[in-house]
Amino acid sequence: MDMKQYCIIGNGVAAAGCIEGIRSVESDAHITVISREAHPVYCRPLISYYLEGKTRLENIGYRGHDFYEKNNCTVLYGQEAARIDAASQKVRLKTGEEIAYDALCVASGSIPFVPPFQGLDSVPRKYSFMTLDDTLALEEALNKDARVLIVGAGLIGLKCAEGILHRVKDITVCDLAPRILSSILDDECASIMQRHLESRGIRFLLGDSVAQFEGSKAQMQSGETVDFDILVLAVGVRAETGLVKEAGGNVGRGILTDTKMHTSLDQVYAAGDCTESHDISCGQSRILAILPNAYMQGHCAGVNMAGGSEVFDQAIPMNSIGFFGLHIMTAGSYFTPEEGGELYEERGEGTIKRLFSKDGYLTGFILVGCTERAGIYTSLIRNKTPLSEIDYEMIKQNPSLLPFGKKYRVEKLGGVV
Amino acid sequence: MKRVFVNEKWCLGCHLCEYNCAFANSGETNMAKALKNVKIRPRIRVEEDGDAITFAVSCRHCSDPICIRSCISGALSRDETGTVCIDHDKCVGCRTCILVCPYGAISEDENGVIQKCELCVKNAAGSPACVAGCPNRAIIFEER
Repeated sequence: MDMKQYCIIGNGVAAAGCIEGIRSVESDAHITVISREAHPVYCRPLISYYLEGKTRLENIGYRGHDFYEKNNCTVLYGQEAARIDAASQKVRLKTGEEIAYDALCVASGSIPFVPPFQGLDSVPRKYSFMTLDDTLALEEALNKDARVLIVGAGLIGLKCAEGILHRVKDITVCDLAPRILSSILDDECASIMQRHLESRGIRFLLGDSVAQFEGSKAQMQSGETVDFDILVLAVGVRAETGLVKEAGGNVGRGILTDTKMHTSLDQVYAAGDCTESHDISCGQSRILAILPNAYMQGHCAGVNMAGGSEVFDQAIPMNSIGFFGLHIMTAGSYFTPEEGGELYEERGEGTIKRLFSKDGYLTGFILVGCTERAGIYTSLIRNKTPLSEIDYEMIKQNPSLLPFGKKYRVEKLGGVV
Repeated sequence: MKRVFVNEKWCLGCHLCEYNCAFANSGETNMAKALKNVKIRPRIRVEEDGDAITFAVSCRHCSDPICIRSCISGALSRDETGTVCIDHDKCVGCRTCILVCPYGAISEDENGVIQKCELCVKNAAGSPACVAGCPNRAIIFEER
């Protein structure tokens, strides 16, 4: 029998998860990885930590230097897939070369979304902040006299700001949204973090956007003018769904899969930021472009590609993110009282804890500056633990294992989990 | 693999496991020097409900560790025995592992990166110091 051939489009964390998933089932098959970037799999979220000086380039590899060799993978660096022919089970590269597969995983990630700003072409120094190459290009432009304009006050824009603040003269961040980190924080928590960032010297223009660029000058909608030397575009990202869509597969905003990460195309799986997930904290399908999901989806796809059986059905949004020493964790969905949600709130000095529950389940939380043992809350959301089964009054105040009762503790602390 | 298991019925709530853990991971050879007037950061923690219920919690070394799957820096991994280990040089202190550990068994260390029980495989104790020092066999180290 011929050795099986697996192909992965993409070489990020979802691809690494897929490789490890395949190898957990099957040791012989050959794996081809199509990598647009010329680097072995690296930790994408660490690019800001690199600029900040908290990690080194040789340390941002996601796996060891022998990862591909050990896993019998061929990586095609600098290559891009042009099309998937699902009927004949082949991927065609832009070079025209064809790769036959028994099973394929599309882990193509996402690309920066750049709105059609008027005059953007006239900006001499503009950067995205998604890849290692973006980061190295941006680093080359950094200098102590540089004034930086970052468009986008989301996770990418603000981590970039934190990473480069000590290496430039000043930073202005603008966003169309009226608050920072609008996808994960509510108004009050966002304003706490905004004040914290402002105290470090970052300036914000919120509810405002660029009307027009003229060289190194941004004319804002509000009428203000921002002169800058370096422009960073961090408006958002868009899932790379094109290959699957053109091959006739089902896509929404992301590639659609079942809980085994199988797409609507035969023998084609998908994982990571290019996919939509079923968010169990709200029951809706949405893009959850976070690293843990990418790994878990990739692993699940790999196991199933190799004939094993794994499901991924516990997707929730979750983020652990700190800026200049102030740490925030968020997870799940925040339902308002009008939507049937209940809020528990606790405030300390510089800390806020908000737990959101609905219909007897914890659905989400925001923790500002009080993140100890937060995973106990996360597990309540992921496992959909009925709050009636635990002492919710106790766990609200103190995330611990006491409120779960003795049976749970005997099982978890006295057995192999 | 051998893991640390808890029998809360026998736990006296004496917190010795916490001190033995902190000592074993301090790198010091003198216990007083390592612990006296020091705010200890043990990797095993005793939970208590008054005097009625007490028990110790440390890393379960899960068979499918969600902390490793979620780690954004590749700093968490399993060694050849299955022990879940942290590479302090690779860790950037993002705390995603703290966000996902269902047992609350991972915490921040004094340098802003994370710490967790590594079954004393990396320190001079060589096997769990918390277990060796438990006066009532409320925590044991064995294969199950």
